[in-house]
Amino acid sequence: MTELKKPAYMNRIAYHATLLGAFTALSTILLVMGNKGTAEEIKKQLLEDTRKSISQVIPRAIHDNNILDDKIQIKHQDRDITVYRARLKQKITAVAYQVRGLGYGGEILIIIGVKIDGSILGVRVLKHSETPGLGDKIEVKKDPWIYSFDGLSLRNNPDNEWAVKKDSGRFDQFSGATITPRAVVNAVKGGLDFFKAYRLQLVDQDNKIDHKEDSANEQ
Amino acid sequence: MSNDYGALTRDGLWKNNVVFSQMLALCPLLAVTGTATNGLGMGLASTFVMILSSFAVSISRDMITNEVRIPVFVLIIATLVTLVDMSMNAWLHDLHKVLGIFIPLIVTNCAILGRVESFASRNAIFPSTYDGLMMGLGFTLALVSLGLAREIIGSGTIFANASLLLGESFAFLEITLIPEYKGFLLSILPPGGFLVLGFILAGKRLLDRRIEKRSVTRQSINLEHATTAS
Repeated sequence: MTELKKPAYMNRIAYHATLLGAFTALSTILLVMGNKGTAEEIKKQLLEDTRKSISQVIPRAIHDNNILDDKIQIKHQDRDITVYRARLKQKITAVAYQVRGLGYGGEILIIIGVKIDGSILGVRVLKHSETPGLGDKIEVKKDPWIYSFDGLSLRNNPDNEWAVKKDSGRFDQFSGATITPRAVVNAVKGGLDFFKAYRLQLVDQDNKIDHKEDSANEQ
Repeated sequence: MSNDYGALTRDGLWKNNVVFSQMLALCPLLAVTGTATNGLGMGLASTFVMILSSFAVSISRDMITNEVRIPVFVLIIATLVTLVDMSMNAWLHDLHKVLGIFIPLIVTNCAILGRVESFASRNAIFPSTYDGLMMGLGFTLALVSLGLAREIIGSGTIFANASLLLGESFAFLEITLIPEYKGFLLSILPPGGFLVLGFILAGKRLLDRRIEKRSVTRQSINLEHATTAS
């Protein structure tokens, strides 16, 4: 600090406290203003993120609704899972939701699109912290590996096939990284199990209602 | 401390560079410099915070007492960083997704607190703000050069994804130097960061020594001239 003689009141504890308090108040005001100013834009950006990720796993051709608006929450193993539903002419054609796997570098966040017959439309990794160059081949940008899930379902791919080749399953592992693809495979399998378990709630009930309404209209 | 802007510029960019000389802020440095673009984004965000915090501290330096200065400085820096974090999330969202976890870490960037404490709290507003700018640019320079070196060695590209940061018009910066390059993983991982930083530091020292030698020989030549003239 400057070596100028400071006024005596500056040495009082009350002054220090007031000073600190004033700065705290000032920064609180600034932060509130900043938050107010950016909250809406951030929300929009996050929605845009979700929309982009959904559009990667649900093709445009099979829905005509705004998927973002058609979501339901399912409580599954102490976790709320948001399921987005794609509809064509009111009927649900596919659903998309996030699943999580535990990889080598931590959690892997995955979005998965499932057709109502239980087969996979697409899988994409949204967020991960796997080793660059080894485990990050799960990204669609780096490697086409993630496409190997397309079209699979619990029916056309029996339980023991849901594993990497090292564990005598059907999916390739990467050289130098087995934990990562294993985590993704398990997470996707878990996602399909989830769909199977809640299918009634997610799709059938709703489609039945729509169906009745449709036939009522026809009469 | 001189208020000479030329000296401040030299200090910030080269002589007293945050990274190359003071060896501060190595954690964010090594964490984000996998690519030059990330380095640039982190550098600009840090520079912004540095300028503003230098300004804010300098403007209130007569009020702040010695006893509470550190909490006040930290408060100022933390507030600014949070504001930067929120604005980046809103308006530079794609870059924020990449740098996201490192932005709050700017608070713990000891270079900012150190500079604010040693310079801005003792100097007038303009020199302080200018010093913040130069220190920030010096940090950016370090981040970008380290990022460039690691990116070229590691993935064979330059400024990949630069358009995320600077807008589509800067897409021309994105150059693939070595097509079909398999990548050299070590360079992108943290150990590679240390190695490349080590080489850069060695290079800087070498350059400094050469400059010094040259100025010494020039001085001795001048001396000879002076003696022969007399």
